[in-house]
Amino acid sequence: MSVHALTAAFERARSEGRKALLPFLMAGHPTPQAFTRNLAEAGEFADVIEVGVPFSDPLADGPVIQAAAAQALKHGTTLASTLEVLGSRKAGPPVVLMLSVNQVLAGGLQRFAQRAADAGVSGAIIPDLPFEEQHEAREVFTRQGLALVSMLAPTTRHERAEAILKHAQGFAYLISVAGVTGAREGFAPETIEYLRRTAAKSPVPVCVGFGIGKPKHIEQLREHADGFIVGSALIRGLNEGQAVREILAPLRAACEAALTTDNQQLTTGTRS
Amino acid sequence: MTTAEKTRGRFGIYGGQYVPETLVANLHELEQAYEAVKQDADFAAELELTLREFVGRATPLYFAERLSADFGGRVFLKREDLAHTGAHKINNALGQALLARRLGKTRIVAETGAGQHGVATAAACARLGLDCVVYMGALDCERQRPNVERMKLLGATVVACEAGSRNLKIAINEAIRDWISRPEDTHYLIGSVVGPHPYPAMVRDFQSVIGREARAQFIQREGRLPDAVVACVGGGSNAMGIFAGFLDDEVELHGVEAGGRGESHAAPLNSGSPGVLHGALQYLLQDDDGQILDTHSIAAGLDYPGVGPEHSYLKDNGRAQYHVVRDEEALQAFKLLARREGIIPALESSHALAFAQRLLAQRPGLSVIVNLSGRGDKDLPSLMERKLL
Repeated sequence: MSVHALTAAFERARSEGRKALLPFLMAGHPTPQAFTRNLAEAGEFADVIEVGVPFSDPLADGPVIQAAAAQALKHGTTLASTLEVLGSRKAGPPVVLMLSVNQVLAGGLQRFAQRAADAGVSGAIIPDLPFEEQHEAREVFTRQGLALVSMLAPTTRHERAEAILKHAQGFAYLISVAGVTGAREGFAPETIEYLRRTAAKSPVPVCVGFGIGKPKHIEQLREHADGFIVGSALIRGLNEGQAVREILAPLRAACEAALTTDNQQLTTGTRS
Repeated sequence: MTTAEKTRGRFGIYGGQYVPETLVANLHELEQAYEAVKQDADFAAELELTLREFVGRATPLYFAERLSADFGGRVFLKREDLAHTGAHKINNALGQALLARRLGKTRIVAETGAGQHGVATAAACARLGLDCVVYMGALDCERQRPNVERMKLLGATVVACEAGSRNLKIAINEAIRDWISRPEDTHYLIGSVVGPHPYPAMVRDFQSVIGREARAQFIQREGRLPDAVVACVGGGSNAMGIFAGFLDDEVELHGVEAGGRGESHAAPLNSGSPGVLHGALQYLLQDDDGQILDTHSIAAGLDYPGVGPEHSYLKDNGRAQYHVVRDEEALQAFKLLARREGIIPALESSHALAFAQRLLAQRPGLSVIVNLSGRGDKDLPSLMERKLL
């Protein structure tokens, strides 16, 4: 697995006429055993899986993911135990880790990249490592074939967004709203405009995260994105005792429905 | 700018801007605005006037005669406890609140540990007509109750943070999350020399008035420089403020971290290792996996697992030395100052006093300035409740 696996996953979704679905699971949540099961089950619906490595002080996370991280830490989840689970997978979509920069630096950047690559991980999202601080990590990751996934926010200025996208690897992660993670009711017109503008310039697939929890969210934004990241809504569903498939199947259906809608628009466009 | 800032936002390897993308634009905006006001004579004049008339600066440099006799040297106290709202925190709170108003921000969020920064921020916001929300660990709300009431009286909304260790670290997490959610209208008024660039440099600059005054006052009174300057270090703003006045002098700089009960403590410069917390690379208390450890100190304002990047730099290059004082030593110094000098110090500042005593026991006759960063009234209810007085 590597950055190429990510590219291939998005390529496949596109060729099958779908938007990609990227569920987020927290390693060790709700228990280490359940996480391993959920990871396998999520693989049936996902194009890429994001796996959070729990951190004591996650700044960009809302209450749902914070609580999941705290629970996972109580179960003794570590980077090592997470990589062990990921390394023993026989099949399934590519995985990107989501973790804090301090977790990456703690054992050394080189060693982190080596261990992640050995476990078959394709890349990492490090929300508190913004573009200006990424240079060294990007070099080290590239040598291991790992993608350092770039994030963009509604507050990102135009020229900066262009610079970030120029260096994007695997896919670009678009934060849909100024705020922490967590599902929301709907999206403002500015969000759609920002998404449209970014997607038009991006050399890599563009995925939207933060606030994606229901099929209607995907329907609302699907014209302008290549994939959708579902985190808090999935974690909350699991907390409420729902199975992974119950939560992801309708979202996957919304991603597949994208084909029909896009085609209809395309047809309409051609006729007019 | 001190000699430490060789590259933008870094003190040696420490500092930086390790923040989520959503906040980057805000930090860049703040950085530009701060660079602009540094050159702006009107801003300097407005701040100077406010510090004089509202805060009551300059604060005295007091020769503690009876304490000096006890300790065996010459002990001078920089009386930041006499600044309006009872601690040095007001210097920075007013500086940043004035800056925020210039940026057109209408809402201020802040974290607080002991409550001193929260009270200072609430007062500054009341004075300037800004909305104010203060995040405070639930444990700290209990042990510093008088300050919670003061903040409310000053018109601030106080949010008790129940997560994890329920102290300063958690309050900073929540304040940053609030800021991420409302970056357009909100300024995060951080209370110490921590956080992403430009905060550590900006907060130091606003606090450097302590060091400038102390240096001039000491020279005027004694006709020479002191041998040593001592200050407590949590995040490290009062220490950086007074150190800033003496960095280029041949004066020893001693920072004092909280030793807690020994095993559980809050002394990252003495027992920690470099890592990233709250947006900056710094010394911090962490495990092998990079998880941030829980801390303990009797002083809520020192109960923090990280420390400012400039202190991290000054430790590595040896310009300042950092020591550890435990809860019980601080408590002794707290009582001693009250009896000998008629001054009740904050538990935080009592750590610095306790170290000055140790220093003079080892090397009698030195002239030492202790930064008495705050007053101790806030600590009385909690100490009485725990029967520690």
